[in-house]
Amino acid sequence: MRNLTFGLILTTIFAIGALVSFAWTPYDVTVLEIANKLKPPTAAHWFGTDHFGRDIFSMIMVGARTSIAVAIVAVVIGMGLGVPLGLAAAARKGSLLDEVIMRGNDLIFAFPSLLIAILITAIFGPSAVNAIIAIGIFNIPVFARLTRGAALSLWTRDYVLAARVAGKGATRISVEHILPNVANLLIVQGTIQFSLGILAEAALSYVGLGAQPPTPSWGRMLADAQTLIALAPHVALFPGFAILLTVLGLNLAGDGLRDVLDPKLRVLR
Amino acid sequence: MTRWIFGTVAATALLTGAAMAKTDVTVGLQLEPPHLDPTSAAAGAIDQVLYSNVFEGLMRFASDGSVINGLAEEWDISEDGKTYTFKLHEGVKFHDGTDLDSADVKFSLDRARAEDSVNAQKALFENIADVEAVDPLTVKVTLTAPQGNFLFNMAWGDAVIVAPESIDDIKVKPIGTGAFKFDDWKQGDSITLVKNSDYWGEPAKLDKATFKFISEPTAAFGAMMAEDVDAFYSYPAPENLAQFEADPRFTVLAGNTEGETILAMNNKQAPFDNKLVRQAVSHAIDRQAIIDGAMFGYGTPIGSHFAPHNPAYIDLTGNSEYDPEKAKALLAEAGMADGFKTTLKLPPPSYARRGGEIIAAQLRAVGIETEISNLEWAQWLEQAFRGKDFGLTIVSHTEPMDIGIYARPDYYFQYDNPDLQKLMADFDVEADGDKRTEMLQQAQTIISEDYVNVYLFQLALTTVVNAKLQGIWPDAPTQAIDLTAVSWAE
Repeated sequence: MRNLTFGLILTTIFAIGALVSFAWTPYDVTVLEIANKLKPPTAAHWFGTDHFGRDIFSMIMVGARTSIAVAIVAVVIGMGLGVPLGLAAAARKGSLLDEVIMRGNDLIFAFPSLLIAILITAIFGPSAVNAIIAIGIFNIPVFARLTRGAALSLWTRDYVLAARVAGKGATRISVEHILPNVANLLIVQGTIQFSLGILAEAALSYVGLGAQPPTPSWGRMLADAQTLIALAPHVALFPGFAILLTVLGLNLAGDGLRDVLDPKLRVLR
Repeated sequence: MTRWIFGTVAATALLTGAAMAKTDVTVGLQLEPPHLDPTSAAAGAIDQVLYSNVFEGLMRFASDGSVINGLAEEWDISEDGKTYTFKLHEGVKFHDGTDLDSADVKFSLDRARAEDSVNAQKALFENIADVEAVDPLTVKVTLTAPQGNFLFNMAWGDAVIVAPESIDDIKVKPIGTGAFKFDDWKQGDSITLVKNSDYWGEPAKLDKATFKFISEPTAAFGAMMAEDVDAFYSYPAPENLAQFEADPRFTVLAGNTEGETILAMNNKQAPFDNKLVRQAVSHAIDRQAIIDGAMFGYGTPIGSHFAPHNPAYIDLTGNSEYDPEKAKALLAEAGMADGFKTTLKLPPPSYARRGGEIIAAQLRAVGIETEISNLEWAQWLEQAFRGKDFGLTIVSHTEPMDIGIYARPDYYFQYDNPDLQKLMADFDVEADGDKRTEMLQQAQTIISEDYVNVYLFQLALTTVVNAKLQGIWPDAPTQAIDLTAVSWAE
């Protein structure tokens, strides 16, 4: 429970920062003030300024927006395609459809996820949209497998049998009986994938394949700061901490949610 | 016993004190040579390691770019300017012990100008009609036409003298006449040279020189700070330079390169086919902010495609001084008061990536929106350079005296001006020095007033050296890291 609270608090802070940045940031992140570069943290610039004299606090706020947006859309893509595929495969267990879906998923899963992402952005050009698609694609097999696995055991339950006897089709059963019962698993997995998405976005931006300048992105801030570490450590420190704390928060929240939602764990306690 | 130990310590301290003057040097470099024959490849890294250190030519460049005698002790030019007679130094030996004589010179020049020669600068030898070994120490070179810069050509790294007997192995085991002998090449790591004790001229002050190849800027910083390398030629991360300057252990040498760094505009693509738009972009750019922001202050503003250290240079930065209001007015005059959207494609070097972000912000201030894409070199060459699919791009043109590219309408920025093309064609055949200078200045003015590209700054050559190391060249008049005069201060 403590994990969940702490995780949610951390996540909420960044989410609020991202939301507020739509309306207001302390400074405009698209305006460069070269004369004011690499200033250490002060009352005027809480996190200092970067090598172009931009306010790092403002950039972290807008960067949170980029990270969260990319991760959310990627999770939505993964769930939106992965869950129906998993449900369909479970409903037709052992059929050709099941084989095609699951071997297709294995194929995607066999590639290291970041490698696919780099491949996609290398082919279609680096941009935030392509990063979202890339990260979203490797979320699909995660959700498909999870859904299928959980759904398979549910299909043997008596209430599913009763539904079949009552004449419900496979699609209706999947939507009305299976899906609600795998939802808790999906929420937990979604949180984890969300944090992985943020990491993946940071990694892609770090190598220059994510959101393109002038859109601030934590990964790129970190890459830009790399050679400045000795000169102005705060430039690397703040985006680094932002990534660390968001991912930590989401992982704690995910763990906490599983504790709350998983009936098996609840019984054990 | 204790006393004995103390005695030894004191003696050792004395001994090491006497031997303190270091006799070897390690120089860091970003790029490794593909092989070690300067006469058969364009790769600058080959000359950087070997020019003057291992290989010498008849003439050579001094640190200020002037041409001085190399292996030639004296030379004489005939009345008609078509015959050059070189008298070689006596007693010059190759590193394998054989003597240098006029036959080697004839071999080297004939090899470089041969039909099947793979010399990267064949044009240097184009004008040679005949090479004759008069006696062992005299070589007579006959030209097809008088040529003012023939001695300059003979100083290039591509014109060094090689021996016929060592030519088969030259790519892995270079044998020259220089003050250093090639010792070892650990591929992917380093090249070691050792002192040539039989050197004919002023001997090297160092016993050993190692070139270490470090491509990553962060690794370069670490190696320099830990004093693993004594100097880093063309240090890749300008942001660290202030720190080196502040550190008493190091000196930062800021010299000139031939790199004109420009914001290239696609002159055939709308709206950059309109001179008013190009002029507006030029006035929207604050060069000093880019030099300060992207290069941390290193670089000289330029107003045309010409190096400031060249005698024919004229300062034309006034044609495009920073004036956002004027830029907006010009855009309005061009019928684009609301600005426009274009692409900005950036290759990997920090002048482009960082400079690009600053330029994007400056253009946004006058209403021009840019879509930045960061590209790897291969992608940049394919899309921007060959494919000409770009609106704006930033690149540094590092070839010396390359204003001639503006006479090539199919060159990537696609500037097509028959007047300039005629001027450059006349320039190529003009022999008179004053007229050549005048023509170069005319060319600079034409492209500056046509706002072909935005001329940003001359790339600086920044070399970080150990404060006690003396004699490293600050400038790069040619691709060379000449270590023959380098020594450690006591």
